[in-house]
Amino acid sequence: MKLEIRDLQVRFGGPDTRPVASVPELTVDGGEIAGLAGESGSGKSMTILAVLGLAGTAGAAVTGSVKLDGQELTGLSGAALRAIRGRRIAAIFQSPSLAFNPVFRVGQIVSRTLRMHGLAAGQARERADAAMRSVLLSPELLRRYPSQLSGGQLQRVAIALALALRAEVLLADEPTSALDVTVQAEVLELLRELRDTRGMAILFVSHDLAVIAELCDRVTIMRAGEVVEQGPTGQVIAAPRHDYTRELLAAVPRIGG
Amino acid sequence: MIRYAVRRVALALVVVAGVVVLTFVIADVVPGDPATSWAGPHASAAQIARARQYLGLDEPLPVRIGRYFGGIVTGNWGISIHTHRPVLSDIGTAAPATVELVIAALIIGVLAGVPLGLAAARWPGSLADHVIRAGSVLGVSMPVFWLALILQLVFAQRLRLLPVAGQYDPNLIFSHPLVSRTQMPVIDSLISGNWPMLGSTLTHLVLPAVVVAAYPAGVIARMTRAQVLDTLGETHVQMVRSLGFPERTVFGTFAMKLAWNPVAAVLALVFAYSLVNSFLVESIFDWPGLGSYAAASVATLDTPAIVGVTLFVAIAYVACNLIVDLVQAALDPRIRLR
Amino acid sequence: MIRLLRANPLIAVGGAISLLILLVALAAPLIAPYPADAGSATHPEMALQAPSLQHLFGTDQVGRDVFSRVIYGTRVSPFVAVLVLLIACAVGIPLGVIAGYFGGIGDEVIMRITDVFLAFPSLLLALAFAAVLPPSLTSLTIAIAITWWPWYTRLIRGQAASVAGRPYVEACRALGIPSWRILLRHVLPNSVTPLIVQVSLDFGGVILTASALSFLGLGAQDPTPDWGLMVAEGENYFTTQWWLVTFPGLAILLAAMAFTLLGDGLRDVLDPRRVPLR
Repeated sequence: MKLEIRDLQVRFGGPDTRPVASVPELTVDGGEIAGLAGESGSGKSMTILAVLGLAGTAGAAVTGSVKLDGQELTGLSGAALRAIRGRRIAAIFQSPSLAFNPVFRVGQIVSRTLRMHGLAAGQARERADAAMRSVLLSPELLRRYPSQLSGGQLQRVAIALALALRAEVLLADEPTSALDVTVQAEVLELLRELRDTRGMAILFVSHDLAVIAELCDRVTIMRAGEVVEQGPTGQVIAAPRHDYTRELLAAVPRIGG
Repeated sequence: MIRYAVRRVALALVVVAGVVVLTFVIADVVPGDPATSWAGPHASAAQIARARQYLGLDEPLPVRIGRYFGGIVTGNWGISIHTHRPVLSDIGTAAPATVELVIAALIIGVLAGVPLGLAAARWPGSLADHVIRAGSVLGVSMPVFWLALILQLVFAQRLRLLPVAGQYDPNLIFSHPLVSRTQMPVIDSLISGNWPMLGSTLTHLVLPAVVVAAYPAGVIARMTRAQVLDTLGETHVQMVRSLGFPERTVFGTFAMKLAWNPVAAVLALVFAYSLVNSFLVESIFDWPGLGSYAAASVATLDTPAIVGVTLFVAIAYVACNLIVDLVQAALDPRIRLR
Repeated sequence: MIRLLRANPLIAVGGAISLLILLVALAAPLIAPYPADAGSATHPEMALQAPSLQHLFGTDQVGRDVFSRVIYGTRVSPFVAVLVLLIACAVGIPLGVIAGYFGGIGDEVIMRITDVFLAFPSLLLALAFAAVLPPSLTSLTIAIAITWWPWYTRLIRGQAASVAGRPYVEACRALGIPSWRILLRHVLPNSVTPLIVQVSLDFGGVILTASALSFLGLGAQDPTPDWGLMVAEGENYFTTQWWLVTFPGLAILLAAMAFTLLGDGLRDVLDPRRVPLR
């Protein structure tokens, strides 16, 4: 499982307009967590939409290449893309309480998704239950409505869904920004486990450089739609080459001075 | 919930009290001299003076307001100058026909407005969307009395597809007499199994109801479209898209369920507007409801009747809003806690 | 500018027709072929003629040219609408500011009064007032204005209250800046946008209300060329002389639609979600 992004450009408007996100090269291998860092408006979220082929729903056009295990995703038919979404590439979002349809029970969304991707009802239920246990949640919680679950629980359900689908790639768009610090730590631990035990390729998008430094193996830094620095996390943090990276690092509050 | 309900009902009562005062202002304070209109155009000075005494106009203002209030509460809403019957009983006779018309119009409005709004939201920017949006603006900007005349001319008089006026064919009374239980011919003929009469009442209901339905259909279509488009922009819709659901399922299953909220919210307002719109339409179709009564009262300057109808509709509107508020609060806990 | 219009066909169409109506109203004496017919002139010998080249919309029951009267009608209802909205703003805005910004007992009292007025559907309350006043265009204007001001009070109150609660306003107050300056420099600018949208949308609503009341005989009186009145006058002849009702009514519809479209378009463009708050 390998996600390769090359010369990806996302634009609102014609080919002459300035792209809101421009990524020359970004690769995420299986068993790796790649970080995509930057402030709001840097183009990180549009990049995720573009990988999923959903940039069109936001009114944007995409050029460039996105390959999953060597298969080109851009330009695929709608049906082919839909088979990949969820099933092979899953996404989790920033506000888990907003990410679930409020009038559906959480389990209904999970089981519908699994059945849509070809599982029989009984199989779907088994996988869902097993996945819930993997994220340390009781399968009972699937019967609840989103308003009855906490942010952390909902985020874990979203991760469980990705697990149940046996997705190879997980795109995480600021998954912990809306959570308390302790809950955040649990979710991050969960992501590490997915990387280690399932070999998932995880793209972790965040504005919080401290979290990225802690979690990610490699990091790409974006600013105003462009990639300004890229490399193994340790290296970028220890020896940043771009001014912006230095600014970001300097802005991270440190405990104990 | 109880506490919220009590608060809300208390507020509604305060508003109703204010409404009564306002109608008093309209009835007693605004017109130049009610005694003159009561006594009639050929009255002598002495007769006018007696009328003034009879109407209690030389009493101080607080007493008059108090008496007015007392009358309203006890059911004495004055005597209609035109029909010489108690206004409240006139209203009671006329109201069911209007209720029948407005309910029919609302049903048509919802049945037309919601699907059209959904279609417009499903294919935004398409020809269908533009047509539906134009159509709903048309519905909202339509002068109902004009639409009534046009439709009556085209469908009833020229094409002869539908009856011109009335609630039902009067000739049918002889062969299939109508047992009047609810004073609403459609329901009465339905519950008594009087099928020929039911057919007649329904065909007579079509034109007026469609005319009055133009406004609610327009409003509901606009609101449904706006609400669904809003919903489609929300994170949970993006999430199910990212899970691989086809757009029609995203729309049909996940977005549509949330489309009903604004419709419910706007129902009270639309009900009141349709009620008043029906006033303009009833005399054109000889529909024996509050509208015809009000139009006749206006023509004869029957102040007690006009004021009575106004008060009635206002109280009905307040009650309607109250019910909708309480139902919404019961369903959505966030509202009560504010 | 052109791009703005193309992206928002609503504003373009609505604005164009509204402008057209304004122009027609201003140029009425020049455009109408028989300006006297909009006044007290009558020509009974030419009564009830079908539309022709000399009388584009035909003639009415006393021989007046319907086309000219419809043109002059642009001076009646829209004028009433302007007056009504001016009065509604003049009364509603100060009350709304007092209620929203200063709060307290004034807020409660003003809001309850507003609630009472808003408990009536506008047309009905206007009808009741108009019915007890001597029928005239002036009475009509006053009656509708009485029913319309509460909406503006509510609108402005909401704006004023939300601005009043903002931290920078509290800071201003702490610094001793007088209230009227805060109102002028902070509250009013924030209220202008929703106000513009509301006025535009209401324009159509007032035209419809005024026409409806004139139709019932409560507003303009003969020979004023009010569209609603013309429909009422033509009602009895409608089955055979369809032009008496059709054209004036069409004018009402067009005017109401134009302003509603304009208001819709303005709302789309000026939506607070797109415009950053000051």
